[in-house]
Amino acid sequence: MTGAKRWLIAGIVLAVVVSIFSAQFNRYHLGIIIDIGINIILAVSLNLINGHTGQFSLGHAGFMAVGGYTAAKISLVVSPMLPPALQPMIFLFALLAGGGLAALAGLGVGIPSLRLRGDYLAIVTLGFGEIIRVVVQNMDSVGAASGLKGIPKYTTLGWAFSLAAVTIYFVTALVNSTYGRGFIAVSDDEVAASSMGINPVRYKVTAFVTGAFFAGIAGGLYAHHKQFLSPTGFDFLKSIDIVVMVILGGMGRTTGVVVAAILLTLLPEVLRQFSEYRMIIYSLLIIVLMMARPQGLFTWNRKKGGAA
Amino acid sequence: MSQPLLKLDHATIRFGGLTAVSKFSLEVQPCELIGLIGPNGAGKTTAFNMITGVYQPTDGHIHLNGKSIAGVKPHDLTRQGIARTFQNIRLFGSLSVLDNVRVAMQLHCKHGVRAALWRGAHFKKLENEVEMHALELLDIFKLGGLRDEEAKSLPYGDQRRLEIVRALATRPKLLLLDEPAAGMNPTEKDELMHLIRFIKDKFQIAVMLVEHDMTVVMGICERIAVLEYGVKIAEGTPQHIQRDPKVIAAYLGTATEKEEPVDA
Amino acid sequence: MDWLLQQLINGLALGSIYALIALGYTMVYGVLRFINFAHADVLMLGAYAAYFLAPAVNSIFPLPSLTGTLIIVLLSAMICAAIGILIEILAYRPLRQRPRLTVLITAIGVSLFIEFTCQHKAVFGADTKPFPQLLPEHDFHLGGLVIGSNDLVVVVTTLLLLGGMWFIVQRTKMGTAMRAVSFNQQAAALMGININRIISFTFGLGSALAAVAGILYALKAPGIDPLMGVQPGLRAFIAAVLGGIGNLPGAALGGLLLGLLETFAGGISGLSNYRDGIAFAILILILLFKPAGLLGKATIEKV
Repeated sequence: MTGAKRWLIAGIVLAVVVSIFSAQFNRYHLGIIIDIGINIILAVSLNLINGHTGQFSLGHAGFMAVGGYTAAKISLVVSPMLPPALQPMIFLFALLAGGGLAALAGLGVGIPSLRLRGDYLAIVTLGFGEIIRVVVQNMDSVGAASGLKGIPKYTTLGWAFSLAAVTIYFVTALVNSTYGRGFIAVSDDEVAASSMGINPVRYKVTAFVTGAFFAGIAGGLYAHHKQFLSPTGFDFLKSIDIVVMVILGGMGRTTGVVVAAILLTLLPEVLRQFSEYRMIIYSLLIIVLMMARPQGLFTWNRKKGGAA
Repeated sequence: MSQPLLKLDHATIRFGGLTAVSKFSLEVQPCELIGLIGPNGAGKTTAFNMITGVYQPTDGHIHLNGKSIAGVKPHDLTRQGIARTFQNIRLFGSLSVLDNVRVAMQLHCKHGVRAALWRGAHFKKLENEVEMHALELLDIFKLGGLRDEEAKSLPYGDQRRLEIVRALATRPKLLLLDEPAAGMNPTEKDELMHLIRFIKDKFQIAVMLVEHDMTVVMGICERIAVLEYGVKIAEGTPQHIQRDPKVIAAYLGTATEKEEPVDA
Repeated sequence: MDWLLQQLINGLALGSIYALIALGYTMVYGVLRFINFAHADVLMLGAYAAYFLAPAVNSIFPLPSLTGTLIIVLLSAMICAAIGILIEILAYRPLRQRPRLTVLITAIGVSLFIEFTCQHKAVFGADTKPFPQLLPEHDFHLGGLVIGSNDLVVVVTTLLLLGGMWFIVQRTKMGTAMRAVSFNQQAAALMGININRIISFTFGLGSALAAVAGILYALKAPGIDPLMGVQPGLRAFIAAVLGGIGNLPGAALGGLLLGLLETFAGGISGLSNYRDGIAFAILILILLFKPAGLLGKATIEKV
C-alpha cells in the first residue's frame, strides 16, 4: 500500500514540473487544463459523499462557494500587506481556510443527512446550496450580486493538479482500509452496518465534512484561477454538473469519476461552435445517461482491496 | 446461578395501538442456546429488534450484563457484545466476502482515519492482521475460497453462512439468529444445526434463535420461549414445550381461532 | 391593520397559485414516489400555450372576456395534460423499476431540457414577453384595502379546482384506483388496475392544474419567460412537503401558508432579499423536525 503514497508524490512532482513549462502553453488551453484539475477535485470529493457513502448531495457548489469566497477575500485583504515572495504561503493559507470553512458548512449539512435519505436529502442539500448562494448575493463585503473582482491569479497548473492528486489520494486511502470499508457498508445497508458496530452517523458526517473541505479547496483554486466570483456561478446547475460527473464515472469508482471529470470539462469546449445548443445537448445527455447507463460509463468489477 | 447475560424484564413495545410485544420477561445465561418460537406475527423479530436497540421498548427494561441498554444505539450494543443476523439477509452486497467480515472486525481495530491516510508500517501490519483473522473465520465456515466474490453474487446458503460469520467477527457474547433455517432443505438444516452447536462450543457464546422450523429448534435448543400475540405463553426445555397445551393450542389452533396479524 | 389585511389578501392569492402547483407535485409523488422536477416547466408551458392561443381566440371571442379566457384555459390545460403524459411515457416510464435517485436526476434533466430548449431563439427565446390581458380587470376598494379582480379569480378558481380534485380522488372510480396505486402498486395491479393508465391520468391531471396555475400566475406577473416556472415551482414544492407530500389537503394548506409567509416576509424590508433562502430554510426545518409534513403520517422502517 505504500504504492499509494508513491503515486501521490509522483503526481505532485509531475504537476509541478509540467507547471514550470506551462508558460509555453496556449493560454486558452492552459485555462482548460486547470479547469480539469479543479473539476477532478470537485468530482472526487463528491464521490466520497454520493458514491462511496451512498448519500445524495446536490449542494456541492455551495461548499465550493464557501471555499472560493473565503479564500478570495483572504488573499484580497492579506496579499497587499505582505511581500510578493510570501504569495504561495498566503495562497496555501487562503485555500486551507476556505476548505476549513466549507468543511464547517459540510458539518451543517451532514447533520440533517442523519435523519434523511434519498430524494429528501437531495432536496435539503440543494436547499443548503441555494441558501449559501442567497446569503452571498446579499453580502456587500464580497461584492454581493455584482461579484468579487480583482482576485490575484495564484492558481497554476501545479497547484491545481497537486491538490487534485492529494484529493484522489485522500479519498482512495480513506476508503481502502478496514475503517474505510465502513463507508461502503453504510451505503449498502445502514441497518446492517449499525448492527456490525459501525456508527453510520459518524461515517456520514465524516464523508460530508471531508467532501465539503475539498470542494472548498476547489472553490479557492477556482477563485484564483478565474480572478472573479459571482454568486450565479455557484447555482444549482453547477452542483448538477458535478453530480453528472460522478454518475457518468460510476458512483464510488474514483478512476471513472476522474475520467468523467476530464470529459465533461472538455465537452463544452468541443461544443463551442454549437454554443446555442450546448445546454440542450447537455440536458439530453443527462436523460440518456440515466436511461442507458445509470451505473456510469466506466464500470468494471471492483477487485480485492481496491475500490478504485 | 451466575448473573444472566441478558435479562428482559417486562419488555413491552407498542406501535400506535398495536402492542407487538407485551411484558416479555426472559433471562439468557452465558453460553446458552435458547430458542424463541411462536406463530407468525407473534413478535419474535420485534423482540430481537428491542434487544439489538433498533427499537426502544415502550415499557419495561432490558439489561445486558446487568447494565440497562435503554437508549443505547445498535452500534454501541454490538460493541457491548450483541450481534445478529437478519430474517431477510442483509449483507453488504457490493463488498467482497472478505470485506464484509473486515467491516465487522473494525469494531476491534485500534486504527482509524489517520492511520488509513498515513499508511505507515504499523497500519500495514494491523491491516494484515485483520485480513488474517477474517480469513481464519471464513475458513472455519468454508467460505475462504470465496473471499473475493461480491457478497450479493453468493448462493443463498453461503449468504446465510456469511451473515453468521460477519456477526461472529464482532466477537459477540450473544449471537441472535433470525430464522437461520429459512429456505433451507433438510440436509442444509442438518448442517446448520451442527454449525450452530459448533459456534456455541467453539466461541463460548450464547446463541438465541428465532426459528419456525421445529426440527431445528427442538433439535438444538436447551431452552425455548414461546410467544403468541406478543405474550410469552411458555418457557422451558424442548420436552416441556412439546407437551405444553397452550403451545399446542397456539400452533394447532383452538376452536376460537383469530386472524393473525402480519409479522412486524 | 390595513397593511396586515392587505398582505393577507395578497398572500392568499399567491398561496392559492402555489396550492394549485403543489397539488401536481403531491399527486405525482403519491403514485410514483418521486419529485417531478419538470412540473414547474409544464406550468411555464401552460402560460406560453395561453400566450399563443390568445390572438386566435381573440378573433372569435374578443378578449378580455370570460368566455374567451375559459376557452384559452381549457385548451392550454389540455395541451399541458398531453405534454405531461408524454413526459411520463418517454422519460419516466422506462425508469419505473430503477432507484428513485436515477429518476430524480432524469427529472432534473427533463426540466433543464425544457428550460434550455424553450430559451432557444427558435422556440420562445429567453426574453420576457408581455402576457395578454385575458379578463377585464377591476380593483375593488374596501376602506383602505385594494382587492384586484384577478386576485378574486385566482382564489375562486383554486377553490373550485381543489373541490374538483377532492371529488375526483375521493369519489370517482379513477380516484379510488389512484389511491390504490399510491398505497401499493403491485397489489393494485393484481386487482386488475391498469397502472400505466392511472399514472398517465395522474400526470395529465397534475399538468392540467399546472397549466391553469401558470396562466393565473402570468395574469399577475409582469410577463412570461421560459424560466418563469422555476421560482413558483420551487415554492410549491416546498408547500407540498410542508403539507405532507402525497397529501392533497396538505398541499393546499402548505401552498396557502407559503404564499402568506412570502408576502409578509416580502413586505418587511431587509427580509425580501432573502426570500428564497427563507423558503429553503423552512423546507429544511420541516424535513428535519416533521419530515412527514403537517398533515402527513410518519412511517417506521421495517427491519
